Amino acid sequence: MPVGGNKQAPVITELEEAIVVSPLSGREWDVSGATSRMLESRVLTDYGSAGFARIAALEGGESLEYCYGCGKCVPVCPVDLVSEYGPRKIHRRVQTGLDLFRSDELWMCTTCGNCLRVCPKQVNMIEVMPAVREVAMADGTIPEELQQVMEKTFRYGNALGENPRRRHAWTKGADVEVRVLANDPRPVDVLFYVEDYWSYHPRGQQAAQAFARILTSLDVDFAILGSEEKTLGDSQRLAGEKGLFESLMEQVVEVLSKYQFNRIVTPDPHGFNALRKIYPKYGHDYEAMHYSQLLASMIDRIEFQGTLDAKVTFHDPCYLGRHNGEYEAPRKLLEAIPGVELLEMGRCRENSYCCGGGGGGMWLDGFNSNHASERLSERRVREAAETGADILAVACPYEVSRFEDAAKSTGNEHLRVMDIAEMLDIAMRAQDWRI
Amino acid sequence: MHIVVAMRQLADLVEELEVNGDGTDIDRDFVKFVSNEWDEAALEEALTIKDESAASVTVVALDEPDVDQTLYAALAKGADRAVKLTGHDPSAWVRTRERAQRIASFLAHEEFDLVLTGVQAADDLDGQLAGILGSTLDIPHAAVVVGVELTGSSLRVAQELGGGLVGVSELELPAVLGVQAARQAPRYASITRIRQAMQTQKIEEQEVSLEVTTPQVTVRRLYPPEKQGGATMLTGSAKDVATEIVNILRSKGLV
Repeated sequence: MPVGGNKQAPVITELEEAIVVSPLSGREWDVSGATSRMLESRVLTDYGSAGFARIAALEGGESLEYCYGCGKCVPVCPVDLVSEYGPRKIHRRVQTGLDLFRSDELWMCTTCGNCLRVCPKQVNMIEVMPAVREVAMADGTIPEELQQVMEKTFRYGNALGENPRRRHAWTKGADVEVRVLANDPRPVDVLFYVEDYWSYHPRGQQAAQAFARILTSLDVDFAILGSEEKTLGDSQRLAGEKGLFESLMEQVVEVLSKYQFNRIVTPDPHGFNALRKIYPKYGHDYEAMHYSQLLASMIDRIEFQGTLDAKVTFHDPCYLGRHNGEYEAPRKLLEAIPGVELLEMGRCRENSYCCGGGGGGMWLDGFNSNHASERLSERRVREAAETGADILAVACPYEVSRFEDAAKSTGNEHLRVMDIAEMLDIAMRAQDWRI
Repeated sequence: MHIVVAMRQLADLVEELEVNGDGTDIDRDFVKFVSNEWDEAALEEALTIKDESAASVTVVALDEPDVDQTLYAALAKGADRAVKLTGHDPSAWVRTRERAQRIASFLAHEEFDLVLTGVQAADDLDGQLAGILGSTLDIPHAAVVVGVELTGSSLRVAQELGGGLVGVSELELPAVLGVQAARQAPRYASITRIRQAMQTQKIEEQEVSLEVTTPQVTVRRLYPPEKQGGATMLTGSAKDVATEIVNILRSKGLV
């Protein structure tokens, strides 16, 4: 698949024909065709180091200037494939005067982490971007669509601006009993942390219902927080709202302290990342699992009543795979479903492409559309369709809506986008299933 | 230049409103409260004037549910001072006339050049607050303001009139304006900033006791709109439904 985006043509600084004139004797030398004809001053000498100094002064911003320009990050950057981006390019542009704090580029990074994977100098854009964004936000510089999400999250505890009291409305359609801890505070084994998109998005709710049915059929002792649950806010943190993240964390920890549970299981790799990597930094340690890990650990107990005859390809969520090293659990589940033929996309596992939703990208669709030739989700859906798969399986609540939209907009309506929980549920209940 | 912005809290419509047991008010125990969006525009206009001309901005609000959050957010955005007026029942609905008198009684002890407030609110759709404030304080008033420009000791304001017209007029200061829209969308106060404001700044409390009782409107009955018939659900394929819609529109002589 070709590289897209609005690439800038390289600037040629070597002269085709050049004559050097001695300032003393006036004698002329024709150096046309010689090895070095770069006779103009190098552009770098026009700029100071103030741009880097300001970023390096921030906690998390230190590593941008470590870059020595190898460029390995550029071809693996998902954003660069559809626009003019890439950490190396950002480094270069800061070097030549870009005010990153006020630039549109600041909001384009999805913090997918593929650049850090290949970077020999450990330039950590997952820390650099949030640090710079935090300053920009404090100065009031924030894309309007993102501002609304932050305000909603602060006010309602969810990014969608939905009624907090209706957070567990999805349980009505689950056909199994879902215990809400506020009503029944007995100790529980698994605290199912539903997170925003499984709580409120219609397609997410279907996956939540499927997961609740699976847990019930496996006799897992589980419960939810219901209206007491608030988002863990990891994407808001990466979009630059550390204060909001911390405020949410205080509320979450307070609610969690009321109940006894063994482990937290969440479908959201972003929330999973927060519980696993960020909460401990603040002294809050919980045993956190992604739902695919819990189910994979019980795979021998899952009884399938039917088959799901389909070619399936799987999209590794950045925050499950690259950020937290889990590639096997979702595949183990998919391969266990009778009838499933798993096909891998060219970009998978460590080198998986990003859906575009991370690091605030979920809420910057309009803003980023000004800068990219297509959505990351659209490119990913085309990659999925190229495998010949019938189903694009996902394990992150952001993705169903992103990929379903992308399947429509790229003319790949035949590609069904399904959460792994939905697929397991279908095969376990032997529902009629046709492609 | 001292600008006072009067803000108010309203029930947040993200939750379904319920009528209280008496059937005279919404049930205030179970709703969240947010600031009035037009008041947010008034605050933004005040802060924009401050950015231009080094004015100072005081935000004043009655003690109402979740009002501290609104006031701290205003401080985080750049207001210099926040005042909360007490002396009334903070959980009850304060009618606009009484609200105006309470704010006027605060302003009587303040030196100010300009008072900005939202042109209307969900509990004041007639937009009376700015008008009553102006008449109580005996100073000029303008409503539906969409632009404010300082010209020395007077003020040039643009007002949205009917039929897509904008009228520009000049007012002597001090004056009261009911703001329809600020020149730009309300700015963002990051949560870090709001939390900093909570730790470093104080909300001033002032008790207001009204000497004269305000005429009160008594609500006899508050109820959701009653259901009326007339809706027809069309079923069938998209094509059939479309044909049916065209037939209905034709039969009513609309197309």
